[in-house]
Amino acid sequence: MASVTLQELTKRFDKVTAVNQINLDIPDKEFVVFVGPSGCGKTTTLRMIAGLEETSDGTILIGDRVVNDVPPKDRNIAMVFQNYALYPHMDVYKNMAFGLKLRRTPRPEIDRRVREAARILGIEDLLNRKPRQLSGGQRQRVAVGRAIVRQPEVFLFDEPLSNLDAKLRVQMRSELIKLHYQLEATMIYVTHDQVEAMTMGDRIVIMNNGEIQQVGDPMEVYNQPVNMFVAGFIGSPAMNFFQGKLTAQNSDLFVDFEKFVVKVPKSQATRFGNHVNQRVVFGIRPENISDREESGEHQQERVPAKVNVVEPLGSEVIVELSAGDHTFVGRLDPSTAARPMQEMAVYFDMSRFHLFDAETGVSLSHQ
Amino acid sequence: MKTRTRTFFGQLLTLHIPLVAFILFALFPFYFMVITSFKSDGELYNLKANPFIIQLSPTHPHYSGGPTLEHYRLLLRDTPFLTWLFNSVLVSVLATAISIVIAILAAYSLARLRFRGAPSFGTAVFITYLVPTTLLFLPLAQVVNRLGLADSVWALILTYPTFLVPFCTWLLLGYFRTIPQEIEECAMVDGCTRFQALIRIILPVAIPGVVCAVLFAFTISWNEFIYALTFISSTAQKTTTVGVTAELIRGDIFYWGSLMAGAVLGSIPIVLVYVVFMDYYVSGLTQGAIK
Repeated sequence: MASVTLQELTKRFDKVTAVNQINLDIPDKEFVVFVGPSGCGKTTTLRMIAGLEETSDGTILIGDRVVNDVPPKDRNIAMVFQNYALYPHMDVYKNMAFGLKLRRTPRPEIDRRVREAARILGIEDLLNRKPRQLSGGQRQRVAVGRAIVRQPEVFLFDEPLSNLDAKLRVQMRSELIKLHYQLEATMIYVTHDQVEAMTMGDRIVIMNNGEIQQVGDPMEVYNQPVNMFVAGFIGSPAMNFFQGKLTAQNSDLFVDFEKFVVKVPKSQATRFGNHVNQRVVFGIRPENISDREESGEHQQERVPAKVNVVEPLGSEVIVELSAGDHTFVGRLDPSTAARPMQEMAVYFDMSRFHLFDAETGVSLSHQ
Repeated sequence: MKTRTRTFFGQLLTLHIPLVAFILFALFPFYFMVITSFKSDGELYNLKANPFIIQLSPTHPHYSGGPTLEHYRLLLRDTPFLTWLFNSVLVSVLATAISIVIAILAAYSLARLRFRGAPSFGTAVFITYLVPTTLLFLPLAQVVNRLGLADSVWALILTYPTFLVPFCTWLLLGYFRTIPQEIEECAMVDGCTRFQALIRIILPVAIPGVVCAVLFAFTISWNEFIYALTFISSTAQKTTTVGVTAELIRGDIFYWGSLMAGAVLGSIPIVLVYVVFMDYYVSGLTQGAIK
């Protein structure tokens, strides 16, 4: 059983609380991604799971075992570091065999496992080379291979792709995903890149300031963020936020941005009934802003705007717009007529907007 | 054509000539040492003779028989020079070994382990190095006497670490700090205890630094004079530095020829050590590519 359970896990460095009472259940075989900005506590949490940092409070369980006081080597885990951390004085074979040699594994078994891992990763002809003779991608593969041969209960990854160039990163990402299918092992992956989080994780744990903001599968976190931090962190280009006030007129709800107003569709008005006259933040993703009116059931609100910048990407066009005092970003079809410095009306898809409490940032749309 | 000669002359002026001048300056003492050790007394004490050469032509007025082995014979026959050489080797090797072991453990702890007072301890280690041996030798002599180590090479083997350890610790501390921590952490996840990680991973990677520390420690021990002079009185226990000066300077008479012969022979072990370790040092440098 290779589940990992964190109970009230806390880490303090002098006066700074880096990790604050984290609670999380990671079932066996899950690929879970910890994501967040630098300094949010994700790497510290990972290191505590590995046993490289002592916990200040709380419990860590691997399977049914409480491992707080168990040294890293006895936790049956393997870790892949951001800088690969290959042993420079050993060749690739010895790097991969090192852990097994320490555990007095018989030599034929070591050889079998090393060659098998090398085959899976495509590094069989690199076994006699030293780390300094390898490229970045090859080194990363050796680091992963070193983890695989140990057949651990849990794999820990600490931003392993951060040091690779963009193209290699995309390739290694899919290789790691395939590896997860092949090995069927529990994997805990730390990254600051939300694209990696979305594409690789069965579940994503978003952290900020030492606390878990939200846990969920990628689409859940994308479509139902529980606060402004998660909404703004996941998704690229980021969600647009407009400061406004929720007002009521007759039986209709509006979000008032002073210089313009959007109407809340009746089907959703009931949700926000008790927040009338409250200051709110209106969130809408760039892809839910269109430059053409859709007929039919689409609940659209027309917003007059001015185009500031047009960035053609080929498959789509990123447009920076302003309306009133607000600047926001839209993702438009390549055939758009948008030109810089032009007045253009855009349409907000009102089936896809989010409302947040202006003071706390908590979502009023999803709890 | 003009550019080529200009570059050639330019290089001559900025590189070759200064280099040659520096080499001459650096090697001159050795040259003089060797020349003097082979020069016969007649020529040596003749104030009119050229001090920088041995006169080889028999018709020259300053000629005195050409090069001679007399000084070496005197050194090896009439003084226990080989015993002194052996003592120097013994003291230097053991003192270096003890100091390096202690320094590696100290430097590793200071570089890697977080414990209360670690920074102050590091500073304290460095400050002890600053206290000169010329001040310490008197009180230390008392300690040595009390411990019953007076007049024994062990007095030196156990007191040399007092200045070797701070220096080597400081050197190795700087070196260990350049090794990324992930390597040991990875080793500890792989199955090492911290001590195993130090021996199997850190030390092989740190070989250039360790070799450097060993070379310095050995040289400092070999050349040490004050403690050797203070703690040791009987001739058979002396090291090369003290023995040669004590036996070959009798009152106001300096047996220059034999003194230089002693200096030449006493330099050979150091040269050998450097020659042997230099190759290892260089290969250590090319091996240790981190990341």
